Amino acid sequence: MKAVVSVIGKDRTGIIAAVAGALAERDINIEDISQTIMQNNFVMIMLVDVQNSSVPLDKLGEDLQKAADSLGVTVHVQHEDLFNAMHRV
Amino acid sequence: MFTENEILETIDMLDNRHLDVRTVTASLSLLDCIDGDGKKCAAKVYDKIMRVCARLVPVCDSLAARYGVKIVNKRIAVTPVSVIGSASGDFIGLAHALDRAGKNLGVDFVGGYSALVQKGATARENEFLDTIPQALSETDIVCSSVNVASSKTGINMDAVGKLGKIIKDLAYRTREINSFGCGKLVVFCNAVDDNPFMAGAFTGLSEGECAINVGVSGPGVVEYEIKKHPDYDITQICELIKRTAFKITRLGALIGTEAARELGLAAGIVDLSLAPTPAIGDSVARILESIGLSTVGSCGTTACLALLNDAVKKGGVMAASRVGGLSGAFIPVSEDAGMIEAARSGALNLEKLEAMTAVCSVGLDMIAVAGDTTAAQLSAMIADECAIGMINNKTTAVRVIPVYGKTVGDEVNFGGLFGTAPVMAVNGGAPDVFVNRGGVIPPPIHANKN
Repeated sequence: MKAVVSVIGKDRTGIIAAVAGALAERDINIEDISQTIMQNNFVMIMLVDVQNSSVPLDKLGEDLQKAADSLGVTVHVQHEDLFNAMHRV
Repeated sequence: MFTENEILETIDMLDNRHLDVRTVTASLSLLDCIDGDGKKCAAKVYDKIMRVCARLVPVCDSLAARYGVKIVNKRIAVTPVSVIGSASGDFIGLAHALDRAGKNLGVDFVGGYSALVQKGATARENEFLDTIPQALSETDIVCSSVNVASSKTGINMDAVGKLGKIIKDLAYRTREINSFGCGKLVVFCNAVDDNPFMAGAFTGLSEGECAINVGVSGPGVVEYEIKKHPDYDITQICELIKRTAFKITRLGALIGTEAARELGLAAGIVDLSLAPTPAIGDSVARILESIGLSTVGSCGTTACLALLNDAVKKGGVMAASRVGGLSGAFIPVSEDAGMIEAARSGALNLEKLEAMTAVCSVGLDMIAVAGDTTAAQLSAMIADECAIGMINNKTTAVRVIPVYGKTVGDEVNFGGLFGTAPVMAVNGGAPDVFVNRGGVIPPPIHANKN
């Protein structure tokens, strides 16, 4: 089972480290990652494998947001099927 | 991997454009709860709802977190109570059982305090209709609907006449809350069996044991997309709405399928309606204005609504394997910021709304009128809407609130999703003789298709 983790906010040191660290702590593997600056916003998108995750997917978003709260970024965690449904015929 | 644009577009729709699932509605048959003993029947109804729908709210909450999608309402729709309660005649006991079960499960509404009397009413069904004001004023989350007409059977004018009086009675009984009891009662022509939206949801007799029906909401997304393309001609606007409706509907279909799977229930339909809320950026009226009207209610409103309604269906039909319910654009006045503003300024009147109901679902919806509007005027308003639905083979409905003690120019606040309603003017003249004749308006000639 895969999920999309997206992180949006003002760029600063340590965002990737904080999110990646929190994922590693929960046995979640990052399969793909992209990072860019769009309209002065830091945007990072990861595809992660949550098969062996130590927390259920519906709690992961809350966990990652807590981990990244002090960095002032917004974290979304969404099952990949949402994007399959909306963007693939 | 998805493109950044696809992911960011989805997040933008969910976070900033009010894209959400308006309702996940469990449609539950209560036919096996019928009992000649009213108390036993109510106990069976309560137990069945508590058993079958026990996990509805937690499963929806879990899905909402997993997909990052807000599910605004969780609801239950049941077999019309007039059917379940006819053996005992204890309809009020059933209303309380529905209210109690719904509250204990944490759902927002329970629909189905309903009757289907489009061709005629039995003695018990007439008794049932008389209980509606008491039932809706003594309960909080129970919703009621009455189908008084259809394209196949015509318009039951006896029932139409009765409903005007019922609405007046209900308005008086709930006068302390701006007659809001009337916001929980819908009068239909061509009611559908699988509607997930309130107040008109019930489980039709053609339905199975229990299915999950879903209604999505995304007027803000459609408005935003149209505003991005001021250079588009109308053909391109229609295509744009279709593409957007496809995405919105796919979201609803996904949530519906997953909810049904986790609950071990049948996956029902996705209702393709665009449902507004009073929030800024969640308005169907604003879509019509974004197409090119300075205000909803102006000339051109009916045409814009017709193209919107059609494009939403065309985009949505391909996105879901089973489509049903009301499927179209909703135009409730009090629940739509653009409609409220237009009604307040006088740009939108009852006659224009009536014309709009000829091209969209569902009808005169959440409209406040003066408290001294007569029962005959309300009945005649219902008859007009039924005529539009009957002749055009579509669902129409009336959910009108004659607010006790209020007059044109006043404004009433119903709170939350129900919004604010400026009291609208009703055309003068007395239709009493017409309404009091009773009888049936026969179905149109094109109803005889066999």
